[in-house]
Amino acid sequence: MLNKLLGFIVKRELLKFLIFAAILLLIPFFFEGGYLLNILLFVGIHTMLAIGLNLLLGFAGQISLGHAAFFGLGAYLSGILTATYSINPWLAMFMAAVVVGIMAFVIGFPILKLKGHYLAMATLGLGIIIYIAFNEAVDLTGGPSGLSGIPNLSLGHFIFDSDLKNYYLIWTFTLVTMLLSINLAHSRIGRALRAIHDSEVAARVMGVNARLLKVQIFSLSAVISAIAGSLYAHTMTFISPASFGFNFSVELLTMVVIGGLGSIYGSFLGAALLTLLPEMLRAFQDYDIVIYGLLLILMTMFMPGGLVRCFSAFVVAAISPKKPEGGKGSA
Amino acid sequence: MQNNFLRTLLIFLLIALSAGTVMAAQPLKIGALFAITGQASFLGEPERNTAQMVVDEINKAGGVKGHMLELVVYDTQGDATKAVQAATRLIKEDKVVAIIGPSTTGDTMAVIPIIEKAQIPLISCAAGIKITEPVKKWVFKTAQNDSLAVARIYEYLKKQKTKRIAILTVSDSFGSSGREQLKAQAAGFGIQIVNDDTYGPKDTDMTPQLTKIRGSQAQALICWGTNPGPAVIARNAKQLGLKLPLYMSHGVSSKKFIVLAGDTSEGIILPSGKVLVADLLPNSDKQKKSLLSFIKDYQNHYRAEGDHFGGHAWDAVMLIKGTIERGAYTPAAIRDQLEKTRHYAGIGGIFSYSPVDHSGLTKDAFVLVEIKKKDWVLVK
Amino acid sequence: MQLSEQLAQYLLSGLSTGAIYALIGFGFAIIYNTTSIINFAQGEFVMLGGMISVYFLSVLKFPLPLAILAAISIATATGAIFERLAIRPLKQATHLNLIIITIGGSILIRGLAMLLWGKDTHAMPTFSGNEPLNLAGATILPQNLWIFGITLMIIIGNKLFFNYSITGKAMRACACNRTAASLVGIDVRRMVLFSFVISSALGSMAGIIIAPLTMTSYDVGIMLGLKGFCAAIIGGMSSGFGTVVGGLLLGILESFGAGLISSGYKDAIAFIILLLILFIRPQGLFKKAETERV
Repeated sequence: MLNKLLGFIVKRELLKFLIFAAILLLIPFFFEGGYLLNILLFVGIHTMLAIGLNLLLGFAGQISLGHAAFFGLGAYLSGILTATYSINPWLAMFMAAVVVGIMAFVIGFPILKLKGHYLAMATLGLGIIIYIAFNEAVDLTGGPSGLSGIPNLSLGHFIFDSDLKNYYLIWTFTLVTMLLSINLAHSRIGRALRAIHDSEVAARVMGVNARLLKVQIFSLSAVISAIAGSLYAHTMTFISPASFGFNFSVELLTMVVIGGLGSIYGSFLGAALLTLLPEMLRAFQDYDIVIYGLLLILMTMFMPGGLVRCFSAFVVAAISPKKPEGGKGSA
Repeated sequence: MQNNFLRTLLIFLLIALSAGTVMAAQPLKIGALFAITGQASFLGEPERNTAQMVVDEINKAGGVKGHMLELVVYDTQGDATKAVQAATRLIKEDKVVAIIGPSTTGDTMAVIPIIEKAQIPLISCAAGIKITEPVKKWVFKTAQNDSLAVARIYEYLKKQKTKRIAILTVSDSFGSSGREQLKAQAAGFGIQIVNDDTYGPKDTDMTPQLTKIRGSQAQALICWGTNPGPAVIARNAKQLGLKLPLYMSHGVSSKKFIVLAGDTSEGIILPSGKVLVADLLPNSDKQKKSLLSFIKDYQNHYRAEGDHFGGHAWDAVMLIKGTIERGAYTPAAIRDQLEKTRHYAGIGGIFSYSPVDHSGLTKDAFVLVEIKKKDWVLVK
Repeated sequence: MQLSEQLAQYLLSGLSTGAIYALIGFGFAIIYNTTSIINFAQGEFVMLGGMISVYFLSVLKFPLPLAILAAISIATATGAIFERLAIRPLKQATHLNLIIITIGGSILIRGLAMLLWGKDTHAMPTFSGNEPLNLAGATILPQNLWIFGITLMIIIGNKLFFNYSITGKAMRACACNRTAASLVGIDVRRMVLFSFVISSALGSMAGIIIAPLTMTSYDVGIMLGLKGFCAAIIGGMSSGFGTVVGGLLLGILESFGAGLISSGYKDAIAFIILLLILFIRPQGLFKKAETERV
């Protein structure tokens, strides 16, 4: 265990992570009581979700168009267990994560036999079926009018009932998720995932149990999303099905792709951009849908590697020495 | 000594004068949360238009007690997450003194914890009864409770001696709230629901559900939804030769429904806010004046029919205006004055709030209308 | 009312809705077969067909046939522009990037429609009257007959085009193997453009013939597109018979599900069927299983 941890300490990675974590934890001191804190809290939740999806999509190369469903399952399970059955919120969060993990594991086997567009369609269908269940099971979930009265999380007498407290709570979870994912990416499992992404057949020939690994990652991704859902439910104290539909699944996908597939920090960038963007576009009110669509198209066309790679490419280009004029240039 | 005193006096006067001018110049910011895009845009757009129109007119007439009003509108897109973000922004960044909206029950329930904590009064334009029952200190509403609409229909059905009905409700928060009320009040009027079906907001063919209803024992059909669903249902019903009397909800109380349903709209009965039939009301009706002025204004401004939903926003803004006229400039004072509002004749009805009633309306807020020859007729 | 009459009604309503799903499914299949792209914006062409005809009919007061023609032309032009601007420039695009671009395209088209024509629902007059017709105890409207008729014509047209015309055969060649097709002199990029043009034309036609029944608004494209895609997958992405059966099957199962099981979960039924097909027989009901070259 310790060996693994030491093994992971590729010093640069750890340093990068610590700087990032420090910045994030210090932000509230610069934005006291502002509404920006509320937005950054949601950026935290979205980053967690984006990382979960990125593990599946960016590393293992499996498309999912229905991830909002796992988010919603975590939120509703936590919400129902705490609001209707008065179970301890932390226990409920744990139970929700376990249930969603098992569900994803079981359904992962048949679903992940599919590839490409078929997989996309299947996950889309799964997401919609679960969304319809949220909407129709009125007695359990409150139906379209939502579920209210969800309690805040608390540690003893300390209740997480303000934006500031929830910010630290959520970002603690998010930073831990980031750490674990970076660890995973640099481990044997991460390499196996990337091998599957490149060519599943070749990976299997090399001895990687592709089928099991894909399902395990699918399950992990679902659990991360479910925990994010529980955190969301306890922060908002009210949830409704509209937040967990196909639209949000597309938003999540966009965050991951725009941020950069296979890059954990990219997920943060993508989540931050897509959460802050509507706030910045508020001035344009009705036009924001058009701008959003345009942005999707343009960014995919001109920055297919995602912001993270374009940013580093930009930095590299700016830093590298200029080529001499009239040299033997290739066209 | 005298110099010092004079200097102090001068400075004090300057400060007092500048504070006075600053006070007079400060506009009062009212926040608005509407579902302008998304599934509930049929609510949010007329509400936003009406609110903006009313605020502009108040400002053109010189404001309220010398204060101009500034409306800060954010789009919730009918999504609880965005509603919460927008509400936080209104409170923390724009520092509004009151908030009108949101348009949907879901969005309202999502923002209630925030506004209760921030202690800013909220006047919701959504119909869900649980918004104001149980009463929350800072939450009011101007939309009539859907329980009142249901009661109106059931009263009429009881008079017609109808015992068994079928209900067909849309699976969004408007429909599910109506369905709750329909189920809850049926027994009290001696009515039994023999068929309970739903349809999706964007569904294009309801013949399966209607076929099932045709085969049931129902004597009447109540459809609870907003355009375009009920229009499709009216057409499908005619196609199937369904002979049951058709009742709708106030969700279709607009000329648009008659346009969409065409000939199949003939004979449909529904509860409606008085705005639909303003010109049919007797002159003694206390609301008639506000109703006609609202309709005329909206027509001039937006070249469209001022409808039932826009009226909720009108009432909300006017109620706040009333509190400012009575001397309230801070959130707490506005809230207190709102609670003291009595007999304000608005678009949705005649509002009287009290510490135990933050919805302010009775069932007289609804009248029953029938569609005859593509126009509205009051049902006695 | 007899059970048999009820069942007959479910069947007829299901067939009518299914024919629309089939038409929309064609659009997906044609583009996929030529380019391996799933065009998530397909549903928006359906929307454009209906919305543009309503615009020409009620605002510009064109007569019905001209309005329909105008709608199909404009929608087709939009499809061509979309292909040129958003799809063609992407040389090394991955599956995922293409999915995102077409999703972006659908959001863009929907947003523009919302800005241009507002969020209202609009009605369109039927092609030939509103009197219901009786068929074995069930009723349908004349517009349903139009839907069946036009769908049939399109199926026949498709079959003729793809099997007997040079362009059609060239497009099928691209579907088999792009490199080989270009080696025998087929202008693959042209074929890609054609596939988008045909799909958007078909999509808009579908939109026009259902608008009189279902009314239209800026966001009808989303659900219709999804269901059309389901139909295409059930049919194995074939440009002919398979997709038709896929669509009809989907419509009928939805109709029976809504009437006999639960109207609330009706859409879920469609997607559950989709999942089952994908799990058990992903190549659709009609194709032989595909082998993958490694």
